[in-house]
Amino acid sequence: MSNPATLGPAVVGGAAVTRDTARGARPRRTLSRRNIMLYGTLIVISLYYLLPLYVMVVTSLKGMPEIRMGNIFAPPLEITFEPWVKAWAEACTGLNCDGLSRGFWNSVRITVPSVILSIAIASVNGYALANWRFKGSQVFFTILIFGAFIPYQVMLYPIVILLREMGVYGTLTGLVIVHTIFGMPILTLLFRNYFTSVPEELFKAARVDGAGFWGIYFKIMLPMALPIFVVAIILQVTGIWNDFLFGVVYTRPDVYPMTVQLNNIVNSVQGVKEYNVNMAATILTGLVPLTIYFISGKLFVRGIAAGAVKG
Amino acid sequence: MAAQPRPSQLFRNLNAKIASIPMVLTALVVFVGGTVWTVVYSFTDSRLLPRLRFVGLEQYERLWSTERWLVSIENLAIYGILSLIFSLVIGFILAALLDQKIRFEDTFRTILLYPFALSFIVTGLVWQWILNPEFGVQSVVRGLGFDSFVFDPLYNADIVIYGLLIAGLWQGTGLVMCLMLAGLRGIDEDIWKAARVDGIPMWKTYLFVVIPMMRPVFITTLVIITSGIVKLYDLVVAQTGGGPGIASEVPAKYVYDFMFRAQNLGQGFAASTMMLLSVAIIVVPWAYLEFGGKRRV
Repeated sequence: MSNPATLGPAVVGGAAVTRDTARGARPRRTLSRRNIMLYGTLIVISLYYLLPLYVMVVTSLKGMPEIRMGNIFAPPLEITFEPWVKAWAEACTGLNCDGLSRGFWNSVRITVPSVILSIAIASVNGYALANWRFKGSQVFFTILIFGAFIPYQVMLYPIVILLREMGVYGTLTGLVIVHTIFGMPILTLLFRNYFTSVPEELFKAARVDGAGFWGIYFKIMLPMALPIFVVAIILQVTGIWNDFLFGVVYTRPDVYPMTVQLNNIVNSVQGVKEYNVNMAATILTGLVPLTIYFISGKLFVRGIAAGAVKG
Repeated sequence: MAAQPRPSQLFRNLNAKIASIPMVLTALVVFVGGTVWTVVYSFTDSRLLPRLRFVGLEQYERLWSTERWLVSIENLAIYGILSLIFSLVIGFILAALLDQKIRFEDTFRTILLYPFALSFIVTGLVWQWILNPEFGVQSVVRGLGFDSFVFDPLYNADIVIYGLLIAGLWQGTGLVMCLMLAGLRGIDEDIWKAARVDGIPMWKTYLFVVIPMMRPVFITTLVIITSGIVKLYDLVVAQTGGGPGIASEVPAKYVYDFMFRAQNLGQGFAASTMMLLSVAIIVVPWAYLEFGGKRRV
């Protein structure tokens, strides 16, 4: 796959390109100049966006001699999975040489409880805000939303003190608490907006039938809000998995999440740079959010739209 | 009987209040408390440990006479302005292209948005590799016969910030596109029909009719991008480490380094307070327009 610009009528390099070209040209009925321009532009742009992913994969499958000789866009002459094995099980950070697998499992142990805890708390919160307003609840909610805009750097150190007082500074538990705190504004907003849109008659009917706060939450609201829960899970898993700042501030090296460990492996100054191992490690780290992204499709878009646009 | 409802004030909605405790604690202790704490301690001479010995504006004076901070601010300004302009323009153009009732819209959208699912660390490391002068784009172009071709943004202090910009735009434009696309879909179909009937060219319709109508979307996007830009940190750490020298330092990195590496807490607090101030300058007027305006209606 050479230059996207050479992607004319039939000058085609890789298999992926062939398919894309065919796609653009097929609807002959409407093969107007406008459509050629439109699809052509979109295909060129798409290739540009795909390029880094392609380079990552291709580099990770080459041996080091081939990388030194050839160009980074060329497909591997000889495919090797050794860099992947090395990145997963042998790459060194500091004194530990057990690869990214350690970071992966740390990230799993951080992400799973953080996602569950933050969503559980935020959904109940959003439900209380939508259906059980009490005096002052809106004030706290407003503060919470404004808090989402405060740069994390301002709150970094006070949280260090809080965690130290609680005796969990440097541990996974501490990091889980931090993720729960910082996930709260956006998730609470998400759930509050959803529960507000539920018809009030339903809520009132349940009240008349004698259901209480938790009864209504578990029997009526929770089952109805399942799609929103999925959106929230997508939002949180990708967000927490991709976090770097909190990981580096609130954990010690042996419990570093994957992103922090990846950065330490690739940007370590000692030793010969093994670019293929670095790229394999990079893909491995990106694999979890990418998988979620490709599986979830439209829900991901809905998640970021809900996260980004208020209301 | 008449006295009965009185004491229930506090216990009314008790469950809701209990359920809201985490939110109240987060809002008051962490967000308000933490922010006030940092601002207060930015006026002290805290070094290794925070201590309340006030020195007035000394930390700020030192901050603004530190070369590295000035470079950081300049970098953030350049990166911020360019990133804002480019992501809005590119994002809007991409959204407009996808809004032409094309086939495979989902495929294109999936491709353009996938970088957003990746972390800044992954983004930074990939682009560090692609922009590597020894093996990356520069060497490939030289291999094609252009021997004197030079493109090494990550090793040239003058243009390193543009190297970061390339990576940042690749990661973030998909999000802007999605927001813009949602905005475009909200435009009434009749507007387009009317414009077509009147024979107004498409680009003119976009420029003079559609974009003004999408003002709220643009403003929201603006606020989101800006509050993200101020936090710029991971990308720099991964892609350049602040180098070459201090050429690509940013404020968030300054804060981290002084708080957790240089053990100069006071400087870190002062720098983070400046970051807070810059966000406040953007968010407060926006919130006032957005929420203050609504209340009046």
